[in-house]
Amino acid sequence: MDLVVSLALQILYGIANLALISLGLAIIFGMMRVINLAHGEFLMLGGYTVVLATNNGVNIWIAMLVLAPLVVGVIGVVVERLLIRWLYGRMIDTLLATWGLSLLFIGLVTSIFGASTATTISPPLGVITIGAYTSSGYEMFLIVVTVLLLVAVYATLKLTTLGLVARGTMQNAEMSSALGVSTSRIYMITFGLGAAVTGLAGGLLAPITGILPTIGAVYIAKAFITVISGGMAILAGTATASALLGGVNGIVAFLTGPTLGEVALLVTAIILLRLMPRGITGTVFRKSL
Amino acid sequence: MRLSRDYRATLIVAVLGLAFTLIAPEVLEFFTIITLSQVIGLAILALSLALVWGFGGILCFGQTAFFGLGAYAYAVTATNIGGSTGAILMAILVAAAFAAVLGYFIFYGRVSDVYLAIITLTVALILYSLTRRTSGPEYKIGNALLGGFNGTAAPPLNVPGDAGTVLFPEDTFYVAMVVLIIAYVFCAWLVRTHFGRVCIAIRENETRAELLAYDIRLYKLGIFTVGAALAGLGGVFFCVGVSRVTPDVFSLSQAAVAIIWVIVGGRGTLLGPILATFALHYLTASLGSQALLNANLVLGTVLIIFVLLVPKGVVPSIIDLADTRRQRRVARSRERRLRLRRTRNGSETAGAAE
Repeated sequence: MDLVVSLALQILYGIANLALISLGLAIIFGMMRVINLAHGEFLMLGGYTVVLATNNGVNIWIAMLVLAPLVVGVIGVVVERLLIRWLYGRMIDTLLATWGLSLLFIGLVTSIFGASTATTISPPLGVITIGAYTSSGYEMFLIVVTVLLLVAVYATLKLTTLGLVARGTMQNAEMSSALGVSTSRIYMITFGLGAAVTGLAGGLLAPITGILPTIGAVYIAKAFITVISGGMAILAGTATASALLGGVNGIVAFLTGPTLGEVALLVTAIILLRLMPRGITGTVFRKSL
Repeated sequence: MRLSRDYRATLIVAVLGLAFTLIAPEVLEFFTIITLSQVIGLAILALSLALVWGFGGILCFGQTAFFGLGAYAYAVTATNIGGSTGAILMAILVAAAFAAVLGYFIFYGRVSDVYLAIITLTVALILYSLTRRTSGPEYKIGNALLGGFNGTAAPPLNVPGDAGTVLFPEDTFYVAMVVLIIAYVFCAWLVRTHFGRVCIAIRENETRAELLAYDIRLYKLGIFTVGAALAGLGGVFFCVGVSRVTPDVFSLSQAAVAIIWVIVGGRGTLLGPILATFALHYLTASLGSQALLNANLVLGTVLIIFVLLVPKGVVPSIIDLADTRRQRRVARSRERRLRLRRTRNGSETAGAAE
């Protein structure tokens, strides 16, 4: 029984982890049809923000929950204004430009901080004991944060004027532009928000994974495959794809070890895309957010 | 006659390449020749991507997956059977077979541009994390330890049929160069065959090609598989040049540089990406020796600048420039002729009036 609970928590954490690292990417992709290849580097920058801030005496909670999204969000807005803005409608060029950006960030951070960081931070919160097994309290905290984040994004999209306008732009950019909405501004805000959520995720994961200039590569494969499998709908897509892929990954990893877990995740995603080429929300839950 | 005109440029390039092959060992230092063998492997990778992306219109971000698989397949097979000829064939086969299976899911699922790019890239990245985890004695294929992070040793090439006679680095350079030239001529031939023309038609307009009753899925799968086989061959020469194959062949930055070569050299040409590979490799190698500018920083900047300012790439831009200049020259001379005729006509009418 303890084993089942412990395993369930572990799988739940795997799912939450996938959703957390993918949500920012999904927001940008769902709104703007832009796949941000610098997504991993946004996560990395969030992590560096937290490490730098805590080393300079800032409270770790403030660094993770306030500073990381703020800093990366601002970087996102700057990137959108300087680079992405010129490339709307040129999907492939956007991919390439953001890939260039990704290399640029890796190069910049490596030149400033060096190829490895000496100081790391340890995860706050202790361990939780479930019978004979222990589980990390911080991982439980991450599950809660992910759920709250999903709820917050849902509320923003459903209840605020900004969310209404954003959903309108998402459905039909030309029509909302004809109705007097500045789509360019909506895109800027969306990109900034997506970057902020990504920065938050990067900051939250920094204590677990440690931080390196090239840490982004660890996340992006999983984030991409989750968002692509999920499809256009931001929340329903991310949630269903994370649940499916994270679940498969968790169960296979428990049975055979982490290496095959990742392979199972990829194979599931490829078969899924053979059956549903436009992702889960391209076939079912089509009207969802 | 028509044939010779079509292939004239290809032949000139091939002859120049052969001349370079013969001259290079006389002029360049021994160490440079060894490095060049690796770069030739990378150039074959660039060529394969130029074929798949530039002519097939398939945005394959993870072409390095096939490149790396080829390298690993070569190293493992050569270690096991002790000769390189069969291992090279094995490398090509493994890469092509993997691409055929992956391509079946992609093209028959009608996965489109961006999705395709991300899926192929993800495959390469998953292979990266997979091969990195294979350290330890339990991960071995036959006699070959996969070696995780440190990779596995790649045996040198040998004379076909005689595993004892190992090729010297200079001979390896000759072989690699000749293979590159053959691969180039092969690609130039392939894009002019019926198959190649249909692939180009699909790149230009999928719907129209399909309405003309071509099975676009099959053609795409075909060119994707051929490209992967070429990439696998490139992997062989790369790992022979380095004499090791590590998980880094699957890494994100390796996948990125392959894309950058094609962008810089130009989509829709075969020669451009090959030249770009040599040029950019020289650039990053000379940057590597100093600490001020990080190689990633420079590559990222190059990529952004090219996407924003020279989206066609260097070689097509030069061709365009030459074309417009020629057109302008033609237009100017025609105008001069017209003006001349007009003045002559004018003087005639003037003469008639008199």
